Amino acid sequence: MSSSANEGVPTSDGQRFVPGEGPNVHLLSEHTRHEIDGWISRFPAGRQRSATLSALRFVQEQNQGFLTSELMDAVAEYLRLPSIQVYEVATFYSMFETHECGRHHVSVCTNISCWLNGAEDILAHCERKLGIKVGESTPDKRIFLKKEEECLAACTGAPMMMVDHEFHEYLTPEKVDKILDGLP
Amino acid sequence: MAANPQDDLINVEVDGKAVKARKGAMIIHVTDQHGAYVPRFCYHDKLPVAANCRMCLVEVEKAPKPLPACATPVAEGMKIFTKSKAAIGAQKATMEFLLINHPLDCPICDQGGECELQDLALGFGRDIARFNERKRVVKDKNLGPLVSTDMTRCIHCTRCVRFGQDVAGIPELGTTGRGENMEIGTWIERSVDHELSGNIIDLCPVGALNSKPFRFQGRSWEMTQAPLVAPHDGFGSNIFGHVLRGALKRVVPRPNESINETWIADRDRFSYEGLHAEDRLLKPMLRVDGQWREASWDEALQAAARGLKAAGENLGTLVHPSCTAEEAHLAARVTRSLGSANVDHRLRMRDFRDAAADPLRPTLGLPTAEVDALTGVLIVGGNLRAEIPLLAHRLRKAAVRGKARVAFIEADPIPYHFPVAARVSAAPAGWVHELAAIVKAAAELTGNSPGPLFVDLLHGVVVGDSHRAAAAALCHGTQRVVWLGAMALRHPASVDLRALAAELARIAGARLGLLAEGGNAAGLWLAGCVPHRQTGGRSATIIGHSVQAMLEHPQRAYLLVGAMEPEADFADAALAERALGQAACVVALTPFASESIKRVAHVLLPMAAFAETSGSYVNLEGSWQSQAAATAAPGEARPGWKILRVLANVLGLEGFSQQSSDDVRSELQQLIAAAEGARVSETLVSSHVPPIAAVSASADLDLGALDVPMYSIDAVLRRSPALQQTRIALRARTAGGQG
Repeated sequence: MSSSANEGVPTSDGQRFVPGEGPNVHLLSEHTRHEIDGWISRFPAGRQRSATLSALRFVQEQNQGFLTSELMDAVAEYLRLPSIQVYEVATFYSMFETHECGRHHVSVCTNISCWLNGAEDILAHCERKLGIKVGESTPDKRIFLKKEEECLAACTGAPMMMVDHEFHEYLTPEKVDKILDGLP
Repeated sequence: MAANPQDDLINVEVDGKAVKARKGAMIIHVTDQHGAYVPRFCYHDKLPVAANCRMCLVEVEKAPKPLPACATPVAEGMKIFTKSKAAIGAQKATMEFLLINHPLDCPICDQGGECELQDLALGFGRDIARFNERKRVVKDKNLGPLVSTDMTRCIHCTRCVRFGQDVAGIPELGTTGRGENMEIGTWIERSVDHELSGNIIDLCPVGALNSKPFRFQGRSWEMTQAPLVAPHDGFGSNIFGHVLRGALKRVVPRPNESINETWIADRDRFSYEGLHAEDRLLKPMLRVDGQWREASWDEALQAAARGLKAAGENLGTLVHPSCTAEEAHLAARVTRSLGSANVDHRLRMRDFRDAAADPLRPTLGLPTAEVDALTGVLIVGGNLRAEIPLLAHRLRKAAVRGKARVAFIEADPIPYHFPVAARVSAAPAGWVHELAAIVKAAAELTGNSPGPLFVDLLHGVVVGDSHRAAAAALCHGTQRVVWLGAMALRHPASVDLRALAAELARIAGARLGLLAEGGNAAGLWLAGCVPHRQTGGRSATIIGHSVQAMLEHPQRAYLLVGAMEPEADFADAALAERALGQAACVVALTPFASESIKRVAHVLLPMAAFAETSGSYVNLEGSWQSQAAATAAPGEARPGWKILRVLANVLGLEGFSQQSSDDVRSELQQLIAAAEGARVSETLVSSHVPPIAAVSASADLDLGALDVPMYSIDAVLRRSPALQQTRIALRARTAGGQG
């Protein structure tokens, strides 16, 4: 249990929010709870639903890249929300994966600027090198070739891709090899 | 606070007509009020505004683009055009978008003929589709036994989602995914379990959510619609029965703002299935030498008359609390004409002391519509969500919107989807003690001293924090009520609870409500279906046996009116089976020939069930509601009032020449009016003081099952397959199996 669980988390309006209990809450690590508490404290009491998005980010990180129903339920229990409201957020945002996948999320931009600069070759290279198609993960669950990304506003560095939350620009097949091989 | 409502009015123009509108009202309110129809899908009077269907776009002068009428507040001088070229153009364009993904399966869609999308497509749709690309397909969800889904038809109005959030209080459905991939559902496979969830069927403007039991059972335009009253609780919800070729095919709400608004409980919506049960009694039957055989009405009535007459004053009449007032009136008259005063309907009650103080009838204590405005509430021994689901809904409104404080004395914490101010948890044996402690706490809080009769009793009672919290909740604001729920009324010390509740109500300046079970308990009291009262609430000169006494002191003959099963409808099943089993003659007027009734009865007379008879119900606020039969009863079954009238004729009794249930009702109402001034008090005037032993926390009471699962309270519900498959019913069975 996090140390704050008993007396509650201070909220931005000087009140306290006592995180909920439930059969899944134990799935949240000490670290994750601490981070979620930090987000709860940024909102007024009773507005803990606002912490859902951030909570899911930490939970996905804790779980090596994807969310499970149990983990989403854990967030719902901890934040005292109906579970469907957590599912809504998790399925709405493309940064959350609700099915099992590799721990490093790789998405190659194929929008106009990158496309004109050889993005299709970059993507084909990734697929060939990893032996998977877009939307699949490597069998060792190391890399998830998430999707063909739309513009991420890095056109000056086209072609580009995003690995986890990092941008990589001016890509060449060699550069891609180095980046992908460097992922733990 | 606005001093003058006139100050809140502003001038706007709707389609060239100058009108007054309330400041801050949405355009759609104003246009609706002035008869300027604006098409809509997502907007619903009873739900918060979402403005996501965009069908209600209207033109507003000086606005650069069309505005959604449901989400745009009116402003002084605003000129609204609902039928201008720009408005109609915007509405037609929205319709074209909505139809892009909607399947053209109206011919096989149950919503066909009563579909808002179909209706509006006629007015605002094009005759050809310009969209030639692929339509999207959405997988159907399994939402449980009540609601069928065809999610490809969904237009994402989110009425069902908002219903869960704001009416039921627990969001069960949500929108997952986004854009093209947005879907309505539960994400993980699970059912919608709330006891009001069937209402999403009516809310759904298209055929995405429909009634599962009604699936492919009939077309809306082939059915006739009959106004009925829901018979499973004393709320008196208004319903429509839809009848196809003589069969009741489905039930939908009949809006009545002062009672059920636009909602009904799932129990009222799906119980009709029970009418089609396999053990419907279709012909009169006689048991001769231990063998059941079919008989003619004539023969069966003769046999019944012989048996009842032979019993004389040793006749016990039991009427089901969901019978009509007409049936109850005739049953009571037949019994009293035969020289017996033993007539009762309180089948699950255990405590009949202090009967002289019984009020005129059970009551909510206030008009139903005023529940929304309550400020302080204490509920003693009642699972409101299960007993009267729509009363729980109104109370939720009071707690969520009006900030009412609600407290409970209860055995198990019941999940209410509103803030509960105080819960006093105790096993039923301790309820008298807990209530006494709250009386004492309220006396301390208000400074009003307890009545002299209660001083000694409360002397040794220890007040705890939870009692103080409950008393404080009750004393919050000015609109206060104490309700005794069905479990408190079934309690072996219910009279003690009642006396304390009355004292508490006096001290706290609250009203007192007795939430008796059954669809017509109030009507049955008025009809004299209790052993100590005549019609209209006069005290009886000869006081008969209560149901308990009738069973403890077995009678020679019993007349059972209404669907009753000895093992399920009585406080003490074994006692009921024994008493009925030893009788020389048991005549049962019943829609169902269950094995258990066949074990004890000698004559079975097939009686019409709730939608098959004309008659009146009096709800707990005291409203009389009469209905005509929606459909004829199956086989040779006849309405209860007719059977009782003819039985009285066969018995040779005087004064049974009524030609219709209307005749019976006018006779009953005349008797009730005639009792004006001579009847007992409408409120409880009791001088009963609970024995000191009753308030000791460890009071030794013999507690049967006080709680009856919500889908098992009457024989019709027990025969409704869809309701029996709900999680509520499954959970109750599992719990029962363990206990």
